[in-house]
Amino acid sequence: MSAPLLPPIGMLAELTHRCPLQCPYCSNPLELLKANRELDTLTWLDLFSQAADLGVLQVHLSGGEPTLRRDLEQLIAGLSARGVYTNLITAGVNIAEGRIEAFAEAGLDHLQLSFQGARQETTDRIGNRKGSHQRKLETARRARAAGLPLTINAPIHRHNIEEVPEFIDLALSLGAERLEIANVQYAGWALANRNALMPERAAVDRQADIVAAAQEQLAGIINIDFVTPDYFATYPKPCMGGWARDAFMVAPDGTVLPCHAAQTIPSLRFERFGERTLAEIWSDSPAFNAFRGTEWMQEPCRSCERREVDWGGCRCQAMAIAGNAAATDPACIKSPIHKHMAILTDAALAEAAPEGAESFIFRRIGAATRPDNRA
Amino acid sequence: MTGLRERAIVSLRSTPSLPKHVRIQYDPVRQAFAVLSPEKVFWPNEISLDILRRCDGRSTVDHIIADLAADYDADREAVAADVIAFLQEWSDKLLVKL
Repeated sequence: MSAPLLPPIGMLAELTHRCPLQCPYCSNPLELLKANRELDTLTWLDLFSQAADLGVLQVHLSGGEPTLRRDLEQLIAGLSARGVYTNLITAGVNIAEGRIEAFAEAGLDHLQLSFQGARQETTDRIGNRKGSHQRKLETARRARAAGLPLTINAPIHRHNIEEVPEFIDLALSLGAERLEIANVQYAGWALANRNALMPERAAVDRQADIVAAAQEQLAGIINIDFVTPDYFATYPKPCMGGWARDAFMVAPDGTVLPCHAAQTIPSLRFERFGERTLAEIWSDSPAFNAFRGTEWMQEPCRSCERREVDWGGCRCQAMAIAGNAAATDPACIKSPIHKHMAILTDAALAEAAPEGAESFIFRRIGAATRPDNRA
Repeated sequence: MTGLRERAIVSLRSTPSLPKHVRIQYDPVRQAFAVLSPEKVFWPNEISLDILRRCDGRSTVDHIIADLAADYDADREAVAADVIAFLQEWSDKLLVKL
């Protein structure tokens, strides 16, 4: 690796894998950790302090459902004391009275609330929990009342892609500053449920037009971020802004990872906070250095003029579809197996059950076996 | 509810401020000022910082322009055009409140 090592800017802390919802596209690994594997309060606080020393400016508190951690207020206060910008990523279905206010008081900077659908029946069906939509609406109102800035996150797939205009109205009506229309990334549980989730190309195209028009029309009113669907893309995304380039994540047991799905790459071994300091892991971990910069790249990435634009795309998608983590992300038109993406989407649609009769593998401990996705 | 919110347009009488989800902070690791916002970190240049620091919710855009023109010993009209364009762009991204 020739480029100088820069300090990380962002960190995603998965405080727990416990969650009241069972979304079939969850980005957590298929092997979920139970509560007894979670780091304790003092270890998280030590980790956050080391992260701040290392240069981390933003921490996203996620899960599972991070509000299931009873020490969340304390963790937010610890980050806030170090001047770190804190973002709480929550499903917002079961937050006890007074806690949102307590998070705000502890110094929380921003709250991101997921909606599985813009309609009650969609939210309740996808998260596999009745009444969750109503509770989310209530959480949004409480967050606004506590003075917290709000992002609405809408993970998009076949069963809610037609609700995109309603998601925009919902975010506006809740007073959100920001809306993420985020097409599901097919890793983790979404990969296991790919056939049940994959949208049609026509719907993807319609969605892109709707979002582009809304972004223009609502400039200065609400920020709409659009995460495009990889399987219909021409070029890959700069996944995580480049492997171990300026962000990383930590699993509930303290395993430090370059991204959500990194553990699906069998050749890599990841280190746990406590065995080594965060600074040592960031700079020296062989897994972090494996795909840093551009030296590891094969052709066509190696000589590509976009190699420092998208950094070769997603290593885990290369692993899942090309069977080689160092291959070009198959989302890229220059990948020798790019056409396989269209074959996979066609196959998903051919196998799709009629609406309402589909069988998701809902996210819960022990529910999933690994599918074979290779080309 | 939707109709309650409209795109804000910069005028000389606007009194810009930073919204609650945006803050300027000195980063000792990189020895530079960062603007922190949800999901994004910006590294503004000196001039942008000088504008943002004056967004205190009390100073008018007119006053900010006069102040900067004096500080930089620059032509007021040129400064005005730059400041107004900058604030409109940042307002459109909801990074500045007018």
